[in-house]
Amino acid sequence: MDSTILPTAERAAPAMAHTEPFLAAWQSLESRLNGAQPRPLKALRQAAVDRFAANGFPTPRLEDWRSTDVEAIYETRFAYRNAPGTVTEAELAPFRYAGCAQLVFVDGHYVPALSRLTELPAGIQAGSLAEALAAAPERVGGQLATLARMETPAQAFVALNTAFIRDGLYVAADRGAVAETPIQALFVSTGDDDGVCFPRNLVVADEASQLTVIETYATLGRGRHFTCGVTEALVGPGAVVDHYKVQKEQRSAFHVAALYVHQDRASTFDSHSVQHGGALVRNDWVAVLAGEGVSCTLNGLYVMAGEQHVDNHMLVEHVAPNCYSFELYKGILEEASSSVFNGRIFVHKGAQKTDAVQSNKNLLLSRQALAQSNPQLEIFADDVRCTHGSTVGQLDEEAVFYLRSRGIGDEAAKSILTYAFAADIVERIKPAPVREDLEAFLFQRLPDGDIVRMAAL
Amino acid sequence: MKPIIQIENLHAGIDGVEILRGIDLTVMPGEVHAIMGPNGSGKSTLAQVLAGREDYEVSAGSVTYQGIDLLELSPEDRAREGVFLAFQYPVEIPGVSNTYFLRAALNAIRKHRGEPELGTVDFINLIKRKIQLMQMDESLVKRALNEGFSGGEKKRNEIFHMAVLEPTLAILDETDSGLDIDALRTVAEGVNRLRAESRGFLVITHYQRLLNYIVPDIVHVMVGGRIVRSGGKELALELEERGYADFETELAAAAAPAG
Repeated sequence: MDSTILPTAERAAPAMAHTEPFLAAWQSLESRLNGAQPRPLKALRQAAVDRFAANGFPTPRLEDWRSTDVEAIYETRFAYRNAPGTVTEAELAPFRYAGCAQLVFVDGHYVPALSRLTELPAGIQAGSLAEALAAAPERVGGQLATLARMETPAQAFVALNTAFIRDGLYVAADRGAVAETPIQALFVSTGDDDGVCFPRNLVVADEASQLTVIETYATLGRGRHFTCGVTEALVGPGAVVDHYKVQKEQRSAFHVAALYVHQDRASTFDSHSVQHGGALVRNDWVAVLAGEGVSCTLNGLYVMAGEQHVDNHMLVEHVAPNCYSFELYKGILEEASSSVFNGRIFVHKGAQKTDAVQSNKNLLLSRQALAQSNPQLEIFADDVRCTHGSTVGQLDEEAVFYLRSRGIGDEAAKSILTYAFAADIVERIKPAPVREDLEAFLFQRLPDGDIVRMAAL
Repeated sequence: MKPIIQIENLHAGIDGVEILRGIDLTVMPGEVHAIMGPNGSGKSTLAQVLAGREDYEVSAGSVTYQGIDLLELSPEDRAREGVFLAFQYPVEIPGVSNTYFLRAALNAIRKHRGEPELGTVDFINLIKRKIQLMQMDESLVKRALNEGFSGGEKKRNEIFHMAVLEPTLAILDETDSGLDIDALRTVAEGVNRLRAESRGFLVITHYQRLLNYIVPDIVHVMVGGRIVRSGGKELALELEERGYADFETELAAAAAPAG
């Protein structure tokens, strides 16, 4: 787009004007809190709201937001939830992953009565961030907001989340502690009006600890709700963290989230992001490989239809030498849906022997669907191996014919191949309930899914 | 006795270029026909047209399969009516089980014929019998469809599919190409075990070698989109010695006055 054709006044018009309803809501909430929060948090929230007020919402004139317009978000008047909506067990059941410890957040509020935490071993703490902050303000306050960045206009949603920090998932693994049971944080939004919530999650894995964290986002009402989330993960030396995010909110929802990961030496962070909900979805993921011998995997699968739009902005920063990073993002785009994948790999000067692999593959199932893929490599070390690749394509006609020649119908053949396209992400998901949930979604979503189900490995 | 397939004056091509220029061919039940010819003669095109590949356009002629007009049917309906094509280049399909895929295919075929779907136990028993019959490597059966299979494994798997789906007309498109002698023998033995009074085969090959193991009833030589000669199995041996050059020259000579 050529911005020079716009009148000067309009070019200068900041999206700041649109911040007012958010700032008014902040004022109202802040006065209601009436000092009932730890001091460091109050200062943090104040700094964040100031930053948000100064920067405003990002506009498509910012390079990082060129292809994702958030006007629909700032034009919506959201309802702020002072208490969780009413949720029945029957409504929640479809979103619970069997065999996991489960923390349930309704409209941003932790609901202990719906949560199940009985199975965690000693040395693993999982619960509400608000409760953890109240119990140990110094320690938890000292860990919070150490990674997330909210200075620039491109980071406005991180500032917004931080300004509204109230609750979220807090997981801490002591040195050497191993949680074999995955921890699921289930965030549901309720109500038929347009609610907003700001989940703030903090994962702290001390040296040589191991844990699996699953974030699930779902909708129970009919509102065009907005989830504005931030997750920070501090991965200590030799720690192993498996992270999953499953975003299955309803098709009119807004979802803007950031993940910040900081890895100490010889640690492993594996993340799989499954995205098929929402009207407008944006993820900003930043992994800092700070210590030697780190392994970082960021995989994802997005399946979009209608006019859904998903934007994944990835940044992997290789700071220390001898680190390995791997990114595989695959997208299935139907109808008039669209996607953006922006994969930046930044190799710092000292990060010799970096091994970085990045791949983004998109399958377009209609002529209207649009996928953008932008790999960006910035390399300041001279002994590294960095590879990247991106593809945008349609189903292979030869393969469709192959399946039809065995008696499989045309629709079913296409569905089988679409499933096959997604399979290498599906297969990498370790916890069976997460994997089976994704499979079930695909079988339900794809035409003739019962035939795909029959044929699936 | 009615023919399994009767091809008459078949003309077909792709992107406006005619490749098949009047094919006549009749396969009777129980017969194995071999089609030999140089590269580019249209052998694979014939196979693709018979299986229903939509990229090809049929401009003239007819194909009658067990009394019905084959060209009217979609690829899947042809398969359901008993036509099977063993691909020259089978496609790798990750995430889809070789075995379960066959179950889905077999059940689609059974449904078409008004037969009940095969239950899990019956299907597994069927697969076990076919594994034994075809001397299949059991690990291949359990893996994703063709994924990571060697060239020979893919061809063997095509024959395994054929054994499970039990077609009436089996078309083998250069199933022998790229196979070492052991794999060739296995594939041929598999085909020979499936030879039956009710079944017809169309074996397309570039080399005579395969026909040492699958002994054909009739050999056709295809050059320039036409069958230029048909004969008994000894024709294959003659071709092996003479090559296709003579036929190509004959054809060029025959075509010259018309051009």
